[in-house]
Amino acid sequence: MADFLLGAAGFVLAMVALGLVRTLHGPSTVDRIMAAQLLGTGGTAGLLLLAQEMNLPAAVDVALILALLAAFVSIALFTDAAQSDANRG
Amino acid sequence: MAFDAVLVVSVLGVAAWTVAARDTFAAVVGFIAFGLLLALVWVRLAAPDVALTEAALGSGLTGGLLLAASTRLGRAGMTAASETPGSILRLAAVVVCAFVAAGLVALLLLLPEPAPTLATQAAANIAATGLLNPVTAVLMAFRAIDTLLEVVVLLVALLGMWSLAPDRLWGGLPRGSGLSDPDGLLTFVAQLLVPVGILVGIHIFWIGSVAPGGEFQGATILAAMWILTAVAGLVDAPATSRPWLRLLLVAGPAVFFAIGLAGFAIAGSFLAYPPSYAKLLILTIEIPVTLSIAAMLALLVAGPPEREPQR
Amino acid sequence: MRFALDALTIFAVAAGAFFFLAGTVGLLRFPDALSRVHALTKADNLGLGLIVVGLLFQTEGLLAGLKLVAVWLLALLAGAAVTQLIARIAQAGGPRV
Repeated sequence: MADFLLGAAGFVLAMVALGLVRTLHGPSTVDRIMAAQLLGTGGTAGLLLLAQEMNLPAAVDVALILALLAAFVSIALFTDAAQSDANRG
Repeated sequence: MAFDAVLVVSVLGVAAWTVAARDTFAAVVGFIAFGLLLALVWVRLAAPDVALTEAALGSGLTGGLLLAASTRLGRAGMTAASETPGSILRLAAVVVCAFVAAGLVALLLLLPEPAPTLATQAAANIAATGLLNPVTAVLMAFRAIDTLLEVVVLLVALLGMWSLAPDRLWGGLPRGSGLSDPDGLLTFVAQLLVPVGILVGIHIFWIGSVAPGGEFQGATILAAMWILTAVAGLVDAPATSRPWLRLLLVAGPAVFFAIGLAGFAIAGSFLAYPPSYAKLLILTIEIPVTLSIAAMLALLVAGPPEREPQR
Repeated sequence: MRFALDALTIFAVAAGAFFFLAGTVGLLRFPDALSRVHALTKADNLGLGLIVVGLLFQTEGLLAGLKLVAVWLLALLAGAAVTQLIARIAQAGGPRV
């Protein structure tokens, strides 16, 4: 079971990594903000799988923080983008 | 094995991309992604305490700080792309980086086997602190002076940033987000997320005595939620001259220092706790320290005063 | 019993991983930012949900299970709200270079 969970975590992480290649490349702001979203869901899934596989309940708390902070960071990125749009006129 | 390989490749790839990025906004996004991936690495290394700190402080709040700096640079008309360092500077940077990297590699290779550790002594004495999480025991009891100094450093950093403001703005308000939100979506998001976030922050702080978590991680989440309400325009950032704000900022370090001094009388040395009520004293320190750190972090992201104080 | 639970876990987690694959394929292949947001958030949040369901069969105790569900709900809530904001810039602004 542990092998399967670790494999699944690896697969999800590979998907996140592929997605990161696309989102970070941009060039639009929207794509880049998506990188935070991608890690918010994919990273959370990976952490939950790791928590079970490594028998490390604290990793669930890390997943909780990751989901919350990914949202916080996305909103901060959004505000920054909205402010620069406003500054340009 | 496959998981670790994917993780290492992703972390290194994102790190390289972040360094190479020409656009400050892109570089900040890369840095945040790097931090979130690093949290996965720490979990994989069975260090959830570090993972929590990395995700909250290293990625989330530092990301917000960098973003605020990048916005500021954009307003001042300076962007990373417009600055091209000369070839000598670049060469010097390469040489310095190579030396640092070589030094780190040498340190790793020269580590004695087994590596020197105080872990066994710390673990043997943990019962005296009344805490079950060894990391919190080290931070709040065995090496409490480091934690005290970290909080003080944070306060000094905030004062340093405030002092960047011109004299007439001293004690004024940080720049607001200036976002009017006609259809209230941002307001809605903030109202939805902030109560949940505060709950998570308190949870992370509270479990710190028995499981990974603690005051720095919890405070970071509280600070992030404060920033979120300010960004959404629900509350304005407070004027930095407000007495309650200054009291909030010094409460943590002051209580920490006072209990540390009391240690001379009740346990024979600075920052020593008598074992019978060590846990109570640690908690008495942790609550104000958490609130102070949260205020310091939020105000650091808010930036120096840019609006005149209302008198 | 153990075997049946493991089988359920493998099924749900594999299905979740499949949705992450779908999300990433959408992210790589869709032509414009709005479609990519759509692909990413819907597929990934469903993938996360299925993985949580799969892990529920392995958890011991009600609280641990509830916590997993709470993580998913938080991700869902945050994801849905933030996606609206992202989509708003996509619609209004266009690319910032």
